[in-house]
Amino acid sequence: MTAAAELMDYDEVISKFDPVLGLEVHVELSTATKMFCGCPVTFGGEPNTQVCPTCLGLPGALPVVNANAVASAIRIGLALNCEIAEWCRFARKNYFYPDMPKNFQTSQYDEPIAFNGWLDVELEDGTVVRVDIERAHMEEDTGKSLHVGGATGRIHGAEHSLLDYNRAGVPLIEIVTKPITGTGARAPEVARAYVTALRDLLRALDVSDVRMDQGSLRCDANVSLMAKDASEFGTRTETKNVNSLRSVERAVRFEMTRQAAVLQAGGRIVQETRHFDESTGSTSSGRAKETSEDYRYFPEPDLVPIAPSREWVEELRQTLPEMPSVRRKRIQAEWNLTDLELRDLLNVGAVDLIAATVDAGASPGEARAWWVSQLAQEANSRGVELADLPITPKQVAEVIKMVASGQLTNKLARSAVEGVLAGEGEPAEVVEKRNLKVVSDESALTAAVDEALAAQPDVLEKIRSGKVAAAGAIVGAVMKATKGQADAKRVRELILERANA
Amino acid sequence: MPTISRDEVAHLARLARLAVTEQELDKFAGQLDIILQSVAQVTEVAADDVPPTSHAVPLTNVFRDDVVRPGLTQQQALSGAPAAEDGRFRVPRILGEEQ
Amino acid sequence: MSELTRLTAAELAAKIQAKEVSAVEVAQAHLDRIADVDPAVHAFLHVSAESALAQARAVDEDVAAGNQPASPLAGVPLALKDVVTMQGAPTTCGSKMLEGWHPPYDATITTKMLEAGIVILGKTNMDEFAMGSSTENSAYGPTRNPWDLDRIPGGSGGGSSAALAAFEAPLAIGTDTGGSIRQPGAVTGTVGVKPTYGGVSRYGLVAFSSSLDQAGPCARTVMDAALLHEVIGGHDPLDATSIDEPVPAVVQAVREGSIGDLRGLKIGVVKEFSGDGYEPGVMVSFNEAVERLRSLGAEIVEVSCPHFKYALSAYYLIAPSECSSNLARFDAMRYGIRVGDNGERSAEEVMSLTRDAGFGPEVKRRIMIGTYALSSGYYDAYYGSAQKVRTLIKRDFEAAYEKADVLVSPTTPTTAFPLGERTDNPMAMYLADLCTIPASLAGHPAMSVPSRLSGVDGLPVGLQIMAPALQETRMYRVAAAYEVARNEADGGPLINRVPELEVAR
Ligand SMILES: [Mg+2]
Ligand SMILES: [Zn+2]
Repeated sequence: MTAAAELMDYDEVISKFDPVLGLEVHVELSTATKMFCGCPVTFGGEPNTQVCPTCLGLPGALPVVNANAVASAIRIGLALNCEIAEWCRFARKNYFYPDMPKNFQTSQYDEPIAFNGWLDVELEDGTVVRVDIERAHMEEDTGKSLHVGGATGRIHGAEHSLLDYNRAGVPLIEIVTKPITGTGARAPEVARAYVTALRDLLRALDVSDVRMDQGSLRCDANVSLMAKDASEFGTRTETKNVNSLRSVERAVRFEMTRQAAVLQAGGRIVQETRHFDESTGSTSSGRAKETSEDYRYFPEPDLVPIAPSREWVEELRQTLPEMPSVRRKRIQAEWNLTDLELRDLLNVGAVDLIAATVDAGASPGEARAWWVSQLAQEANSRGVELADLPITPKQVAEVIKMVASGQLTNKLARSAVEGVLAGEGEPAEVVEKRNLKVVSDESALTAAVDEALAAQPDVLEKIRSGKVAAAGAIVGAVMKATKGQADAKRVRELILERANA
Repeated sequence: MPTISRDEVAHLARLARLAVTEQELDKFAGQLDIILQSVAQVTEVAADDVPPTSHAVPLTNVFRDDVVRPGLTQQQALSGAPAAEDGRFRVPRILGEEQ
Repeated sequence: MSELTRLTAAELAAKIQAKEVSAVEVAQAHLDRIADVDPAVHAFLHVSAESALAQARAVDEDVAAGNQPASPLAGVPLALKDVVTMQGAPTTCGSKMLEGWHPPYDATITTKMLEAGIVILGKTNMDEFAMGSSTENSAYGPTRNPWDLDRIPGGSGGGSSAALAAFEAPLAIGTDTGGSIRQPGAVTGTVGVKPTYGGVSRYGLVAFSSSLDQAGPCARTVMDAALLHEVIGGHDPLDATSIDEPVPAVVQAVREGSIGDLRGLKIGVVKEFSGDGYEPGVMVSFNEAVERLRSLGAEIVEVSCPHFKYALSAYYLIAPSECSSNLARFDAMRYGIRVGDNGERSAEEVMSLTRDAGFGPEVKRRIMIGTYALSSGYYDAYYGSAQKVRTLIKRDFEAAYEKADVLVSPTTPTTAFPLGERTDNPMAMYLADLCTIPASLAGHPAMSVPSRLSGVDGLPVGLQIMAPALQETRMYRVAAAYEVARNEADGGPLINRVPELEVAR
């Protein structure tokens, strides 16, 4: 490893160079089965239990294309305003790597299923940048390696590796932008906004979990710099392992300042893969390759061409949901939000989550309150995106419904949400396990109220004399006695009833 | 067509992950050269207007329903492994980067 | 030798159903024969005696219970080429690389055969990963031709063809990429059929060249081949290149052909399959066969396929290219042998050392040719051009089938050559597939039936019959008519003239 890179001051970078971005995003589809075999794609299974002869690359096994994955690919293409190929093929990308069972990846090469599209991306201040999409193509994921020995658990210095092929063959869509130019100082922000917009779009399409932390959405950032007077793009680097939206922004910014320093010093940018380090926010050079990779692509002979009929494409177009950008405008009107309020919600990544929570049956006000308060704090303290919290809008709506029906108090509801976040299961299970049910046994409540009134005769007197506000002290005592598991409203009613009885 | 050099054979062997010996290199260089020169005659008739045939039968759109099928057990999956550990395939340390 | 081993598959099945003989007796007779002659022939890499007898017992139980036979071949033994997976037995593909590998799954055709009550005797020898024309490329030693033990039995399916000619099995499975069913059939005086590409599932057939590989039936008679064809053929949802059509009615076609009347049928003789390199003994046998077809009422026409001369070149680019990719998976990580893992070496080094030790020279040669042909800068000239030649060959066939219903040629330009004669000369070896490759590239069905022995060396010669895609019935009909006529003229099946083999015990 080389010593820490020299960096140029960011403002100076912008005064001397124009950044050019290219973003490659890999999305794992949430189909039931893998791209080419009937193995399940669920996350987190025991190693090598979601495998078959095909995805294990056993001699003699053959692939067959998952129809649902093709449908998802076409829907993604349509949502990205792409043309859908009339005819395309899979190809083999040949290279040796132990996590790839066949030592070739079945992918698409010069005939992607979707191409020539665009996605409008809104920045924090409301500026809209149109990002052109080069292509979206289908391929398969690799297995996972665990590096054993050595200090870091990383690949370097490991003594041996252990391979799990459960992920091998999971359907991936690779979405590649055309070079993004003209963004100037805002390049890192555009990169982040693009990945955010893409993630929201994919979530709206319901084709993927889009969890960057679990790797179901992965971004590679290509960055190059052009001198102000140059007419051609500079040499680019490709930064991998960018595992969060924040990292996308940081990685692009770091590469810009690093490359500028190299160029300024009269150096040359090496076309290479770089590795992003979350902890330092810097990128480091991957192992230098002896020779440039030659993937020896050729049409996959085991799979026949795909020629989606125009009827099918139109049918799939009909299934597209309201696009997130359109939805936001509608929601702003429906929820009566100012531009600023909407932007605040957007900035914490809450709009689509709130909308989805509303779609699942919650009121907009309640949904908003949950996502921007407790959940936003939780995301913040965990250092993850709101959307990456292990709770779904459906689950939040579930909790809100329980409060509305009097099954939970707000306090109990917070505990229920904590339980879901802690992986204790669905809200109903958490309520069960944590014993969060509101005490609705009237006789028990009445007894508690009577006891509290008896303990504070002066308060009782005040209530009787018409000072109803004094009941608050009794409510507090009853809530304490029932460990908060009583409905405060009902307690107040009971106090008034009993006091005047 | 260019004749194939010993260095090129060595490069091919590296690409194909074949640790061929020096002796083999010489032998293969000669044989590959003869074969490749002989098969190069395909270029004589491969005119621009001839479409390539990648598949023998003209099928398209062969798909599978997105339905889970039983696969292998972990034991079956690992049954042929030269080495296994903790339900995983054990392999020597990996030098290259992931692609 | 037990007379049971001389019978055809159809005869054996009938006797088993009639309870004249049990399936176990039939299986045992063949296992005994293998024990007797295989030390000399070496057709088998693995004999599954126990499971074969268990399968035979199940058939006998069915017969005893008065159940309908599972298929017209219930109880008939078969030799399975070692490139097809079957649980409970090793699959090595004739390679050291897979020594001791027990596949955890069955090929679709294995499943179909077991369900049909076919008794699988074991796995047969082959050129490593099906690359070769002589079975000398097996890591486990060559198979010998029962007609002359110093000669090759053809390849890559020499184990299957030799097992038939040595009466070790009445049926066998072969796989044909450029001729590996037909050429071994020709040089051993047996019948070998390559079905239409997509006609028989490739699931569980270890891939050599995916766009060309096709499994097919091997037998001593045309009828037996047809019976097996109907068992293994048909659509398989696990193979995306499998054709979703009913299996051609080839058994019926054989019955029709056996009447010996080919009037109304046009048979094309491909002009380009003659001349330099074709042995006189082969050409005499072939011309005699054509005359016999004419005498059965067929109209003989000459057709020209000008691009066939490029077929061999195209094949030796396409097949190695695909194989370089297909064989990449043999990397010592998940299955097969591992060489050089001393705890110090990297995965990359262990892969390279294993592949160098595990693959034989022909496999390495082809992997390197394919790697070269696919590499950037050469792709268009090599792989791209070869695929264009494939188009031109398909067009030649289309034009020829305008003029003729089926095409015929010698199956191979020479009779069985002596072991060792071509091992150091790959180009000479490749010529063995000169006549079989065009149909492979087009994906068309083609078969070899024995024509008369060569007058020069007394060895078998094959008549190749080719037909358009999915028109297997045409070629079976011609083959059956020809077989009946030749048997009549020669006073019995040619296979009866295989010399007696020395018995080991
Ligand atoms: Mg990719
Ligand atoms: Zn699988």
